[in-house]
Amino acid sequence: MSESLLRLEGVTCAYDGAPVLVGVDVDIAGSEFLGIVGPSGSGKTTLLRAMLGTVEPVAGRMWRRPGLRMGYVPQVETVNWSFPVTVAEAVLMSRTTGRRLPWPSAAEKAEVASVLDRLGIGGLGTRHIRELSGGQQQRVFLARALLRRPQLLLLDEPTSGVDVRTRHDILHLLADLNLAGLAVVLTTHDLNGIAAHLPQLVGLNTEVTGRGTPREVLTPDVLERTFGAPMEVLDHDGMLIVVDPAELVTRTVARATISVTSSRGEAS
Amino acid sequence: MTWLTEPFEFAFFRHGVMVATMAGALCGLIGVYVTLRGMSYIGHGLSHAIFGGAAASALVGFNFYLGAGLWGMASALAIGRVTRRRIIGSDAAIGVITTASFAFGIALLGLYGQVRTSIDAAIFGSVLGVTAADVWVVAGVTLAAGAVVFAFYRKLLFTTFDPEVADVSGVNTARMDALLMLLLSVSILATMKVLGVVLIAAILVIPPVVARMLTNSFARMLWLSTLVGALCGFVGMILSFHLDVSSGATIVLVGAAVFAVVFAVTGPGGRRQAAGLDAHDAPVGAGRPGR
Repeated sequence: MSESLLRLEGVTCAYDGAPVLVGVDVDIAGSEFLGIVGPSGSGKTTLLRAMLGTVEPVAGRMWRRPGLRMGYVPQVETVNWSFPVTVAEAVLMSRTTGRRLPWPSAAEKAEVASVLDRLGIGGLGTRHIRELSGGQQQRVFLARALLRRPQLLLLDEPTSGVDVRTRHDILHLLADLNLAGLAVVLTTHDLNGIAAHLPQLVGLNTEVTGRGTPREVLTPDVLERTFGAPMEVLDHDGMLIVVDPAELVTRTVARATISVTSSRGEAS
Repeated sequence: MTWLTEPFEFAFFRHGVMVATMAGALCGLIGVYVTLRGMSYIGHGLSHAIFGGAAASALVGFNFYLGAGLWGMASALAIGRVTRRRIIGSDAAIGVITTASFAFGIALLGLYGQVRTSIDAAIFGSVLGVTAADVWVVAGVTLAAGAVVFAFYRKLLFTTFDPEVADVSGVNTARMDALLMLLLSVSILATMKVLGVVLIAAILVIPPVVARMLTNSFARMLWLSTLVGALCGFVGMILSFHLDVSSGATIVLVGAAVFAVVFAVTGPGGRRQAAGLDAHDAPVGAGRPGR
């Protein structure tokens, strides 16, 4: 395990006195590829913000390696898609130090083109951000974060609202970046599509409910503590599949109803 | 052609047209940030608040810019204080404090001032009171605003588009917000005489909306909005002279005509582009989109 980039010890965060995170301990190593899983309102985004330093803990300690460069990709749902920016303008935004002139230098243009190419969206620099597909939009904000040459990349629900193919592509892209030496931390509530494929997970529901590999975190016990409802975990040829029993019952009843209706139709 | 050149024979008009053109450009430039950040109501409110200070300054013989500026600053601080106590929202605080200040100005002028003329000129704008000193003030403020936007272009853009990520990326967003509020207050103060209290808000909004319908690029929107604002100021002043209508009203009407033409020419695409401007739903990073 490489040295720590960031460490939270007993961190508690609150909004207007109401605790959102309580006594959270998390250690992020240089080679980390970590998923934070939990239901809506479990404190996932607050945990990312605490790591970023935009939310001050009311208790506990937080340590960041001096000079640590972080890149942040927010939830795409929070982006103002009507804002008048082209892809290149959006990516270049993160370059706020050094050059002060409004227009980009030749070197900056080349750097933007290079990062767009690397993410498979080269040639889209002059397009407005709203004119892109969901996956391309996600990559634009990933490109903006990467332009800062971060050592730690934090992503808030990077696959929400995208199709299966795009989710797959984004996951592979993040795995490649991690292999290239970038530490990656993301939040997700997608247990089967994302969490099951990550090397390390943290279960969160205001408090940390579990930490380890998917096999250690995606267990009925930890999932019930995390999501507040019983869940079953199936092993399909070594791949974990989390099943919500309530959903299973609903589907079974629906299937039985369809089958009864169709046999009645045949009888008449 | 005489129709165009005739007004320039008068010194007051030459001063007025210079101030109006620069005021239009200044409001067009600052208006881009105001509309994209959903701050139009603050601009509208500040101009009303400053009116109270302007009226009080005029009556006691205090310097207009200093008196009205201090009054505006006090109003902005009062809005901030009321909002921070979370008793009422910022929109309501702006509504209460700035309209009270405006009403105070009207009452002062009604009780002690040259009632009709002063109120009309302050509310709807007039070129008659524009002096050479005013030309220098507006020129100075316009140049300073241009220099600030040029020097902090990247940071202002990032803070406007995505304040949370800008903050994480090392931009002092609180400082950028304060800088923008200062620019807005000074711009309102400098352009109040010629545009009038009620109509300043329109010139802060119309040029950016027109520019937004024409482009998808922030950089192009900035210069297009500045150009449209300057054009409205210049043409509005010429029309004001010939129609004998207040300068603020003709400038805003020219802006509205430009808006109508661009609205018709750009069709649904342009309308869609401008649709998100000054929306009062939270932009990126504002508030708490998730936990």
